[in-house]
Amino acid sequence: MKKPIVHPYIPNMVPEVKDQMLKDIGISSVEDIYAEIPERLRFKRRLNIPEPILSECRLRQHVEKVLAKNKNCKEYTSFLGAGIYNHYVPAVVPTVMLRDEFLTAYVGDSMADHGKFQAQFEFASCIAELVDQGMVNTPTYDWGMAAATSVRMSSRITGRTEALVPKSISPDRLACIKNYAYSIVPTITMVEIDPKTGLLDLADLKKKMTDKVACLYFENPTYLGTIETQGKEISQIVHDAGGIVAVGIDPISLGVLEPPAHYGGDITVGDVQSLGIPMQWGGGEGGFVATRDEPVYVAEFPSLLFGITETTEPGEYGFGEVFYDRTSYAAREKAKDFLGTMAELHGIGAGVYLALMGPQGMKELGEGILQRTAYTMQLLSGIKGIKVPVFSAPHFKEFVVNFDGTGKTVKAINKALLEKKIFGGKDLSREFPELGQSALYCVTEVHTKDDLDTLAAALREIC
Amino acid sequence: MGIVKIRNFHQAHWDEPIIFEMSTPGVRGIIPPEVEEEIQAKVGDVYSQLPDSIRRTEPPALPEVSQKHVLSHYIHLSQEVLGSNLCPDVSQGTCTMKYNPRVNEDLVASPNFADLHPLQPDETVQGILEVYWMVEQICKELAGMDRFCLQPGGGAHAVFTAASIIRAYHRDRGEAGKRNEIITTMFSHPCDAASPATAGFKVTTLMPLESGYPDLDAFKAALSDRVASIHITNPEDTGIFNPIIDQFTTEAHKYGAICFYDQANLNGIMGITRARECGFDMCHFNVHKTFGSPHGCSGPGTGALGMRADLAKYMPYPVVEQKPDGSFFLDYDRPHSIGKIKGFMGSAGVVLRAYAWLMMMGPDYLRECAEISVLNNNYLQKKLETIPGEVTWYAKGHRRLEQVRYSWEKLTQDTGVGTEDVMRRLGDFGIQHYWPSHHPWVVPEPFTLEPCETFSKDDLDEYAAVFAQMSKEAYENPEFIKNAPYKCAAHKNKDPHELDDPEKWATTWKAYQKKKGKK
Repeated sequence: MKKPIVHPYIPNMVPEVKDQMLKDIGISSVEDIYAEIPERLRFKRRLNIPEPILSECRLRQHVEKVLAKNKNCKEYTSFLGAGIYNHYVPAVVPTVMLRDEFLTAYVGDSMADHGKFQAQFEFASCIAELVDQGMVNTPTYDWGMAAATSVRMSSRITGRTEALVPKSISPDRLACIKNYAYSIVPTITMVEIDPKTGLLDLADLKKKMTDKVACLYFENPTYLGTIETQGKEISQIVHDAGGIVAVGIDPISLGVLEPPAHYGGDITVGDVQSLGIPMQWGGGEGGFVATRDEPVYVAEFPSLLFGITETTEPGEYGFGEVFYDRTSYAAREKAKDFLGTMAELHGIGAGVYLALMGPQGMKELGEGILQRTAYTMQLLSGIKGIKVPVFSAPHFKEFVVNFDGTGKTVKAINKALLEKKIFGGKDLSREFPELGQSALYCVTEVHTKDDLDTLAAALREIC
Repeated sequence: MGIVKIRNFHQAHWDEPIIFEMSTPGVRGIIPPEVEEEIQAKVGDVYSQLPDSIRRTEPPALPEVSQKHVLSHYIHLSQEVLGSNLCPDVSQGTCTMKYNPRVNEDLVASPNFADLHPLQPDETVQGILEVYWMVEQICKELAGMDRFCLQPGGGAHAVFTAASIIRAYHRDRGEAGKRNEIITTMFSHPCDAASPATAGFKVTTLMPLESGYPDLDAFKAALSDRVASIHITNPEDTGIFNPIIDQFTTEAHKYGAICFYDQANLNGIMGITRARECGFDMCHFNVHKTFGSPHGCSGPGTGALGMRADLAKYMPYPVVEQKPDGSFFLDYDRPHSIGKIKGFMGSAGVVLRAYAWLMMMGPDYLRECAEISVLNNNYLQKKLETIPGEVTWYAKGHRRLEQVRYSWEKLTQDTGVGTEDVMRRLGDFGIQHYWPSHHPWVVPEPFTLEPCETFSKDDLDEYAAVFAQMSKEAYENPEFIKNAPYKCAAHKNKDPHELDDPEKWATTWKAYQKKKGKK
């Protein structure tokens, strides 16, 4: 280094400080420490990476310039969903998440990190009310991981090695389940959906629900936006064959939709991103797993579980790890799967969101989304060549729009929409070729009537 | 360099109710946008038209709290947390609790990142694609690997992803049924055993030699053509660097095993030694540790997974690629991919923060970061070794790199005060409770400290002075330490066994009320 400017993140770079420390240790150079690494293993040249931008002002300008190459969902009107959702983020949520205390804490114990444990406990408690089940984990990576975990848990509980999923499952989540569950659930069988309604084909489920099947995992609302209304019948079929019902939900829907536990669901999973976490190009995810508070289920959770207890101070709440010996931190390869740094901060943020929303907020938000979804479907159905709804079941937040009648591809339509500063729905033609040229549209509370009318006008012009 | 002073600290103690106890029916925290009248008129009350089987009639019993009270409640809770930006968090050894720059939070909050949807067309996300591509290039240079995948959500997840790739690699070589074992060491992170086990591998864990170094003879004896891979941390969680690590990889390669280097402990060796020169085929970095991204109470994180060119075809889809014109795109056409391990492209916020951090470091400051972290560690070790009751475990006469596993065994023998007692007491000085060790505790009464480059000499002097004070307290009044803490946000739990008792444990307010007979 020609002129060693002391880096603002490295205080002991000051030569006098460094010399004093070396002297106190009794060595003349840091190389005396690195002598532990033999020459043949040493990296001998200078790293070939960009030179540093030491000024914070210039660094910010540089990164902002790179990010300015992006177009965002505030300047464009977005109808993309399919797992990441453009919901409003209440100001209080990032205020809490960005507190340095929460932002920069890690695995400290429950006395000096009492607030972290309580915030996690409150997150789990709010999810518990939404899903109406007593046991909720600290967040795992995302919905896909939570779904895959439910399949592994089901296999261990039942001793069975197959699982069923409906054809309407998110293909990415299916890919995640297939890879994650493979070692104990190598066989994942698809259950048909009714091509008219979009609902699960009960006859096909009955046929495939054998005594080898650990669980049925299905989603509600489905990936294609339909609301599965046959929950009770589905659960009955699965339970009759000794299987477990695992259901993936979008928690934002549970102000207006029944939680799976009310129609026979045993394990409920989902993602917290809808609940006040910014999209961040998909980085806002955080999965949760909920079950009844029964030891047979609790024993199979891989995650940390934060429980409430009492301290030595009368009347004071304390917190700690529930049934820690299950986890890989305690039991290594004998544990229930593995544990690591996952998505706790997003759990805390989701807890704040739910505390702000309360029961009324969740109901009003859900009702509004139902209405906006219905309105948009009606609007688009009036456009020549466009078919919507593709499925007759009720929809929440998302719906499939088929463009076969326009003679245009989704790709071409989305390109034309982009010119009008609209991100059209997700192109489904690769994932669901049987749906032809179809796209998955998503409508949330951020959309005004103007936004929806503008979309319809744009599509009318393009198609 | 100031005078060493032990703080008369007291953490906030709000005696905060659970938020459900603050609930009053009818109180609101936020109002969602109203649906325009025209829409309502057109579609009617859609909720009421839902079939009975799915329409929720009993609202979820969420708390009903005003906005100010939600905010103040969570500010109170935050004040009852010792984040690493607040205190000299040398305590959480193996975790690299470095400074998490505020400027990076501003960048992550920018609409040009926070409001990006992952399915936007490639041409509208060139900025974030460039960030991913650049972070991959820097990781490649730091490891000597050919490709990096930034999708895993943490270190353990990267190890799992590696195991999934290794499984696919051996399957394609026609050895799916045969290669079903992996080898790791006891002082590698528990995930090096647990993550491959989740992927279906049988695990052999090697105990260290008496010196603390990994046992090459035992390793050779464990190798066979059934071994799919080895998963080793270096330096291990003891802070000891294995100087014959290349002999381990050479031996493993003789049997056709893949060598995976767990580089969660990278901080002290950046630019000093690399995975490639040590003979590894794959490795991972903990982006949320080494590259300055915050830990977020345990995530979101990123485990950057590096690999040889021939393994890259197995990476989870999609993959960032560059076109001849310099623009970037997401390649979904990956027929050999193991599929998905995380939604979309992983924890993009962590990757963006790492980009900003790496761009502020460059080649020389990255190396300086490594050098100061080992200097700090050896300085603190020297200071702690004078403290009665404390012992540096293993490898006498050898220097540790970025962290040390210590032992309070002598203190326990002399006073009856154990490492968990001291750990609790530490919080009373405004310093995070330290990390003892993963289980099983091979080192008796362990604690693991990692004074990375963030910490000043004053921090380390204060830290050592606090340890001297705690040692003195243990010898003079052991009961005092055993009942600690006194000045933290909460006291010691009354009965830790309650949390293992199905009749008493409760991870939710719903379960708690039920078990307390309140609901």
